[in-house]
Amino acid sequence: MAEQHEIVIKPGMSVSHYWRDIWRYRELFFFLAWRDILVRYKQTVIGVAWSVLRPVMTMLVLTVVFSKIAKLPSNGVPYPIMVYAALLPWQFFANSLAESSSSLINNSNLLTKVYFPRMIMPAGTVIVSLVDFLISIAILFGIMAWYRYVPDIRMLFIPGFLALAFFASFGVGLWLSALNVKYRDFRYVVPFIVQFGLYISPVGFSSAIVPKEWRVYYFLNPMVGVIDGFRWAILGDAFPVYWPGFMLSTLLTIMIFIGGVMYFRNMERSFADVV
Amino acid sequence: MSAIITVENLGKKYHLNHQKSSQSYIALRDVIAEKSSLLGQRMLRPFRRASLEGCPKQEEFWALKDVSFEVKQGERIGIIGRNGAGKSTLLKVLSRITEPTTGSVRIKGRVASLLEVGTGFHPELTGRENIFLNGAILGMGRAEIRKKFDEIVDFAEIEEFLDTPVKRYSSGMYVRLAFAVAAHLEPEILVVDEVLAVGDAQFQKKCLTKMDNVGREGRTVLFVSHNMGAVENLCARILLLDKGSLCQNSNEVRSVITRYLNWGSDKKYLPSSWNNTGNEYKHPVLQPIFFAVADEQGEPLTAAVLNDRPLHVLIRAVIGQLDPSLSVGFALYNEDSELLLWSLTTDGPENAWPKIEPGIVELRCALPQRFLNEGVYRLELNAGLHCTEWFIRPTYNSPAVYFEIRGGLSDSPYWMWARPGLLAPEWKWERTV
Repeated sequence: MAEQHEIVIKPGMSVSHYWRDIWRYRELFFFLAWRDILVRYKQTVIGVAWSVLRPVMTMLVLTVVFSKIAKLPSNGVPYPIMVYAALLPWQFFANSLAESSSSLINNSNLLTKVYFPRMIMPAGTVIVSLVDFLISIAILFGIMAWYRYVPDIRMLFIPGFLALAFFASFGVGLWLSALNVKYRDFRYVVPFIVQFGLYISPVGFSSAIVPKEWRVYYFLNPMVGVIDGFRWAILGDAFPVYWPGFMLSTLLTIMIFIGGVMYFRNMERSFADVV
Repeated sequence: MSAIITVENLGKKYHLNHQKSSQSYIALRDVIAEKSSLLGQRMLRPFRRASLEGCPKQEEFWALKDVSFEVKQGERIGIIGRNGAGKSTLLKVLSRITEPTTGSVRIKGRVASLLEVGTGFHPELTGRENIFLNGAILGMGRAEIRKKFDEIVDFAEIEEFLDTPVKRYSSGMYVRLAFAVAAHLEPEILVVDEVLAVGDAQFQKKCLTKMDNVGREGRTVLFVSHNMGAVENLCARILLLDKGSLCQNSNEVRSVITRYLNWGSDKKYLPSSWNNTGNEYKHPVLQPIFFAVADEQGEPLTAAVLNDRPLHVLIRAVIGQLDPSLSVGFALYNEDSELLLWSLTTDGPENAWPKIEPGIVELRCALPQRFLNEGVYRLELNAGLHCTEWFIRPTYNSPAVYFEIRGGLSDSPYWMWARPGLLAPEWKWERTV
């Protein structure tokens, strides 16, 4: 970063510089993510235990409600594993959303004092959620061992579906964080999205229970594609992927992401003045 | 040397919202309510243009307008101006925090700003972690921080507490650490905004010393402050901003500061000299002809003065006949017309009195530097025969002259602003036990 470079500051700075800047500020990006991770596990009393307890408790509750009470099918797979396979991407998505939407506001002192490409702020929080995700995936192996459930080679596809989950989270996160700066009451919308989303996404149940004629529309929720992908990769043929729907979800994710980047870039200019 | 910063026609426009609510931010709820009421009006009266009442009134405000200047490498530039003159906006544009509306800036090299030291410190993290984090925020690379880590810790004197969360630090330690990180930056351009207003005395002093060094190392410093003394000491060039535009760009730091201090005080002009125009105060013993507060050159003051500048009271008079009990002097009042003191030619032992002989006599009294506080003072002439007769008696019939003291109160890092009390003398303190 120490190399002599000329910076030109003009209204509507060119986009090419922006991406170069993101690369130049990569270390700050890592430091901010590292800070958030450190703080997250230092601040909470139970620390790491929290990121173990949360998915496990949620899994137990969803299992009891949907399996024992609602008696929904699980295609021969232990119901907890089916729920947990969906909880992995869902928790990642929900955490990222909650954290990234408030990331700019929470760091307003930095925003008004120092220059950096603002995008690294919500991006950093998604990285933090990724750490939680890794902890959760370790728990998954524990649960699988408990049920003596042997996964197959398809597990290797998980990184691909994770990337999709990442783009969905980051894309929505960009939208929300930028909107949150402009409209401060947007923070009330986020918990609603997260809570509501848990029930309209196939987390506690399989997406196969949705009637055939509605199935494609169900995939308009991009997380449906991601969750189905995860289930397929972890649980195998019991949960075949409905490809047209999956493609639709992927397409939507890409659109949300690109739209998010554009909107964020557009709003970014005024962040320091508005925050 | 070539210009390191080139600013051309820089402008920054803000929209001031005059909304009905006093909220500082926009709520989506309000926007939706407004839009839908507009839509409703349009549907009800499709042919009438939507009334403007529903729209929040917006007013444009140029925080910076048409500012152009160049800075060469190694220059130390002071930026002064009243509150809202655009100083901070200018720095924000230069450090890329906010985008300009018009114009352009070219900067060669890395800009680091000491806008509030300790930005980005996290209370939960340890000193060690915060050094890395803060360093990264200020623009250092990881390798660079690692290289300077020991130096920073040394400078901050916090070795034992390196692994303690900074929330347990004393405020002194906190500031020391924060400053240590900032001080070890090696930017080509250092931007400092009123850091001296925060932190303790030592920190302020360190800051000033550091900035002095930075300049000497051939790096460029932009310094914004209300502290004229510091600006004068540190800067070789000065930019004066007013209402967003640059109205002075000069190497004559002193005269710009004087002009700035003198400016805009909307008080009515108070004379610093008095001439006996007619035949007033005629007396066979003494008739005053001139009474003034003057600077070192004997010129009556035209502006507020720094408290560390010499001030002279001048009295010129025609002496008709000699009288051994003649006393001439002045009375000093503060803004509230409280009498602070009298000073007369006959205050000291007889052999120290000025020799007064018939003819025109000019008397001079040097007011001690660093004795008065900031403020406006009034001097009244005082002349008479001791205990016998008043010629000119303060508050009764005396001509008055005025002067104002602003700044230059002390070299102490603690006293940058007016001190409590009528006076602000600097007296010697010693330790005796």
